[in-house]
Amino acid sequence: MALKGLDIFKLTPKKNCKDCGFPTCLAFSMKVAAGAVEISKCPHMSDEALAKLEEATAPLMRTVKFGKGDNEYSLGGETVLFRHEKTYVNRNRFAVMFTDAMTDEEIDKKINNIKKVNYVRIGEEMKVEIAAIKYEGDKDKYLNLVKKIKESDLEVTYMLVCEKPDIVKEALELLKDENPIIYGANKENYEEMVGLVKDNKFPLGLKADNLEGLYELVEKVQELNYKELLLGTEGESIKDTFTKTVQIRRTALKEEDRKFGYPSVVFVNELAGEDKFMTTALASLFTLRYGSIIVLNDIDYSIALPLFALRQNIFTDPQRPMTVEPDVYAVNDADENSPVLVTVDFALTYFIVSGEVERSKVPAWLAIPDAGGYSVLTAWAAGKLSGSTIANFIKESGVEEKTKCRKLIIPGKVAVLKGEIEDNLPDWEIIVGPDEAMHLPKFLKELNESIRAEAQGA
Amino acid sequence: MAFKMSVQKSKGKVQEVEIGKGEKAIKIGGENVIPFYDFDGDIGNSPKLGIEILDVYPEDWVDSLKELYKDVADNPVEWAKFVEKEIKPDFICLRFKGADPNELDKSPEECAEVAKAVAEAISLPLVIAGTNNHEKDAKLFEKVAPAVQGHNCLFLSATEENYKAVGAGVALAYDHKLGAESSVDINLAKQLNVLLTQLGVKGEDIVMNVGNSAVGYGFEYLVSTVDRIRLALFNQNDKTLQMPIITPVSFETWNVKESMADENDVPEWGSREDRGISMEISTAASVITVGSNAVVLRHPKSLEVMKKFVSELH
Ligand code: B12
Ligand code: SF4
Repeated sequence: MALKGLDIFKLTPKKNCKDCGFPTCLAFSMKVAAGAVEISKCPHMSDEALAKLEEATAPLMRTVKFGKGDNEYSLGGETVLFRHEKTYVNRNRFAVMFTDAMTDEEIDKKINNIKKVNYVRIGEEMKVEIAAIKYEGDKDKYLNLVKKIKESDLEVTYMLVCEKPDIVKEALELLKDENPIIYGANKENYEEMVGLVKDNKFPLGLKADNLEGLYELVEKVQELNYKELLLGTEGESIKDTFTKTVQIRRTALKEEDRKFGYPSVVFVNELAGEDKFMTTALASLFTLRYGSIIVLNDIDYSIALPLFALRQNIFTDPQRPMTVEPDVYAVNDADENSPVLVTVDFALTYFIVSGEVERSKVPAWLAIPDAGGYSVLTAWAAGKLSGSTIANFIKESGVEEKTKCRKLIIPGKVAVLKGEIEDNLPDWEIIVGPDEAMHLPKFLKELNESIRAEAQGA
Repeated sequence: MAFKMSVQKSKGKVQEVEIGKGEKAIKIGGENVIPFYDFDGDIGNSPKLGIEILDVYPEDWVDSLKELYKDVADNPVEWAKFVEKEIKPDFICLRFKGADPNELDKSPEECAEVAKAVAEAISLPLVIAGTNNHEKDAKLFEKVAPAVQGHNCLFLSATEENYKAVGAGVALAYDHKLGAESSVDINLAKQLNVLLTQLGVKGEDIVMNVGNSAVGYGFEYLVSTVDRIRLALFNQNDKTLQMPIITPVSFETWNVKESMADENDVPEWGSREDRGISMEISTAASVITVGSNAVVLRHPKSLEVMKKFVSELH
């Protein structure tokens, strides 16, 4: 929470020495409160005052980092409870659960599934980011499991789920360079667990039977001066887990109580078990309502496609749609014989359409007029994509020099614009494309055939 | 210091709306808190789950559904009876796809007969969806509404373009419930409610449809619109936004690539049916989580999972 100028003033030495460049300590304090200068510009602040200030100005929810290299992620750091207030900062991350009670076959299958589900959507890599590895009682098998996953070529980070410090210690030997998460500090073992992670600042997941217990545990761990924490929301039921997850986030951001100002870990796998559709339902619930790490039992495309898409939507700027630069883009090495497709500058639409054109392997020009960053129908309904905007863009963008082909394909959803564009671009043949971009490959291949046939005929 | 539950007191309450008649009538709304937040207050009636049927054969639906409905899909009355008996949703949504001018352009009179026969054949509440062509819907509803008088149906929807005709012809003249459809914007939702109320439609006869999209397809706008509408009610008691919300999820989720792509085109994606169900479930779970009081689903599996979801959380 932001400190007021007067609160900061109370911490200054009140010497009015002007070393900071301001006439008085009070004037300086007001500027600091407004965020205009750094507190470090006053060379006379006591360490104690600085510590107090840091504590008071720390964000309500801590940002916790884990993993390393390409697989380093940040969690938490959120400032609002609803995305329309301000962009959510750090997207939740998905984990798949492994345990030493699983057969080799099960383990291999999961490793394989994680490998298979790895794709790009709107410029972003979509994959399971974390292998959660749970200790169920067989130490040798557990350590072997950790080794096995590490030696597989999975691109993941690790979360050790284990409440036995001696076993965690051995497992950490295998993962010490990976900045893994250790989940399983409870009221009995927390001192030892903190001891294991403190030097390397590995994130530590705390768990307790209920919110009261969790709160006390956080207090105790904070007294040990450890703050790289995650909070487990394991509950007896779906409802209980939901309540815990919401309460933790709300206590931090609404009640401004930093005790709960940490990312959460939600074990959807415990709640949904093998039911993959229930997994999708619950993981969607916790993507919207404050899960930071969401642990799944397994992954396949039917779970991943909606879930990763939902997450990608939710963690976007609520003020400004993601856009692409209006221009004419060559796809599949378009040349002077390639047709032109028109779409809008909304990033989502652009990526979907360009992806499908690429998939068709048909060389084509993609013309993107300024459509206000809206989807096709939204832009049309808002008056940003009309027959004349399209026609003018075709004339002014220089695409008429880039290609001799005079076929212009418009989105099926704005078929009504055909007449108006024809009136404005008499040299062009206006073709209404399919409604959905997914039908573009078939459509373009057929079009390409007919263009070739025409060329041969002539 | 000890932990204390964070509790948010509410100033407003979602209007309760009843749909259908008799034992199987449903009530939606009634909550004064964000869905499932019973630590804050009254969570009202549980979200209701409907199943979509069409007035025409479901040509472009997945094969398994065509198989499931193979004996009934040519006849909306049999289809509705089958759904009531075998699939057991909270309500049935009969969608007049065949009335669409771009499809068969069936006449309002013909549709009225179908609607009447369906309403009489089932005891579940009936939601009637039009074509999304505002002009046609006004004409369609004008004939369908009297034909199903007494069944207390919900009509989807009145829009800014046709609210006068639809409001008068459905809610005022024949005592049905009215969906008010706006385009993912809190102010548009509010404005349409105000216009309908000014026309004389009672608040308790209106259900909002504030927009619809599949996850991944501009869905964040829908989430934020619903969040804002609910917070305006709970924090400021904005009575012009106190109507419950219905979202015809299946109308969108089965049209996106994730649900439509053929297994031969994207073999790595696996079963098309599973993808379709999962897109439907994720979208339904998400809109219910932010504040939708009723959703329309297509696949019985989605219904089964969403029933469990709702009963666990509500
Ligand atoms: C999110 C959304 C918004 C967001 C904007 C998001 C954005 N950046 O565009 C907001 C909330 C701002 C918004 C505003 C409005 N919206 Co709006 N919105 C939507 C919503 C829910 C999703 C749109 C979306 O993201 N689609 C996903 C993208 C990928 O789809 P797309 O661009 O069409 O692309 C697909 C196809 O067209 C095709 N394609 C694309 N390009 C090409 C090119 C070729 C050559 C081919 C062949 C195919 C192709 O491929 C893509 C994938 O298949 C839709 C409803 C819906 N479910 O679609 C309504 C919708 C589009 N909105 C609508 C309206 C009316 C509006 C407003 C005018 C409302 C108003 N009166 O103010 C405003 C306009 C803006 C303004 N006045 O400032 C209406 C349009 C009605 C109509 N049929 O004309 C819709 C359909 C909702 C409805 N049912 O009423 N909207
Ligand atoms: S440098 Fe420090 S002590 Fe000197 S005037 Fe500025 S704030 Fe006050």
